[in-house]
Amino acid sequence: MYTEKVMDHFANPRNVGELENANGIGEVGNAKCGDIMRIYLDVQDNIIKDVKFKTFGCGAAIATSSMVTELVMGKTLEEALKISNDAVAEALDGLPPAKMHCSNLAADALHEAIKDYMQKKGK
Amino acid sequence: MKRVYFDNAATTAVNGEVANLMMEYMTGKFGNPGSIHYFGREAHKAVDGARKSLADLLGASANEMFFTSCGTESDNLALKGVAFANRKKGNHIITTAIEHHAILHACEYLEKQGFTVTYLPVDENAMVSVEDVKNAITDQTILISVMFANNEVGTIQPIKEIGKLAKEKGIYFHTDAVQAVGNYPVDVNEYNIDLLSLSGHKLYGPKGIGAIYIRKGVKIESIQQGGSQERKLRAGTENVPGIVGLGKAAEQARLQMQARTTHAQGLRDRLIKGIQEKIGDIKLNGHPTLRLPGNVNFSFLYIEGESLLLNLDMKGVAASSGSACTSGSLDPSHVLLAMGMTHETAHGSLRLTLGCDNTEEDVDYCLEVLAPIVEKLRSMSPLNATSKLATSNPCNQCSNH
Repeated sequence: MYTEKVMDHFANPRNVGELENANGIGEVGNAKCGDIMRIYLDVQDNIIKDVKFKTFGCGAAIATSSMVTELVMGKTLEEALKISNDAVAEALDGLPPAKMHCSNLAADALHEAIKDYMQKKGK
Repeated sequence: MKRVYFDNAATTAVNGEVANLMMEYMTGKFGNPGSIHYFGREAHKAVDGARKSLADLLGASANEMFFTSCGTESDNLALKGVAFANRKKGNHIITTAIEHHAILHACEYLEKQGFTVTYLPVDENAMVSVEDVKNAITDQTILISVMFANNEVGTIQPIKEIGKLAKEKGIYFHTDAVQAVGNYPVDVNEYNIDLLSLSGHKLYGPKGIGAIYIRKGVKIESIQQGGSQERKLRAGTENVPGIVGLGKAAEQARLQMQARTTHAQGLRDRLIKGIQEKIGDIKLNGHPTLRLPGNVNFSFLYIEGESLLLNLDMKGVAASSGSACTSGSLDPSHVLLAMGMTHETAHGSLRLTLGCDNTEEDVDYCLEVLAPIVEKLRSMSPLNATSKLATSNPCNQCSNH
């Protein structure tokens, strides 16, 4: 049911963990639905220098989290904001239809983290 | 890679002897039991023999056994057949919140047809209370349907007591015994059962064959119209290979019952003990002792079931989960929720069901691979209480989760 790319990111997730010096943190989902994704960003000079994630969820939730961290590493905030949930799914060669809604939230978590960074910076 | 099959509650491997016998009745002895010639008589005789074997397993008479296509069909026939045939007597049915969907959705259908259904709650061990059954009975109650043992958490219900109560009150008592038959001793007279559903592929028989026990004298009508097969109760040409396969599987189950339950229970207890020793923050789901011999069900806090299943599968261990992702809906298992579990805990459930072909080596291998998988997933989980940043979590919605 999952593509090879999904299984690769699920079995060997990239950038798992927390960033203690994170200046942007975003979380989406809730435990009731079975998916929580948290993204940690280290933004320097408008560039995402480092990114890590922690996810509670199914195979698709873990794979999309892993993929989004790969997609945004080294990108500018403007570029990162353009990444959509669908783009993440596409980068994984697609997700089963049932997973598109509930477990494809990684880009949302990323956008929340960027928002958090902007708010902190604005203060 | 080593492959360990711990999903015997989903389906079992067809026994070799059963498969060989079925082959005979697909090729050489392929007759239609309704035909008058030699081929037909040969098939008819085999069906009668299988009926007797199945009846013997349950302490029933052969003429009280009817073959169907599966457990779901048997459940539908029991509920709808009894409800429609006894409509003049009453319109109330009592069942439980933890039944299989074959029962729950058939009940929903009957509600649309004007029947009233009471869905009894269960306690934290998924046990139904006999007192609740008693209190739910009205002068309109025509049928009580309580599963023998739960398919997810294995809890064995107080069937004998409920059967006795139903008998005293003159109400028909049906039990969905799909998980129990062949894996646990079931006697329809000892338990005062009026109707019982069973399925071939849960007891080392083939898929596509089921049966229903209907006590002599129970008023029931057919829900499928056609020929006069199965004494006009279940129209359709008999699935002869399936029937002889089920008959052989039933015979083996009867002869091996003691050895089978002892074997499964030994492995079950070894696995439960091993998991409890090796892994923290877990919860054994289901009744600690009154559970099916082969059922193990745990919740692993902070992780999600599908991830656990995929990781186990990568190590060759086949299991199942009550997580929403594996149920095909957004909600986790209705059984786990009925037991009062939180969504989080239900999402992290893992069911391991052991069978005849499993060994102690299988259990030890599973224990060896399970602990590192749980550790890996927990290290990735934002729910893990040991998370260094948990206290500075920026999520302002966490109190709502």
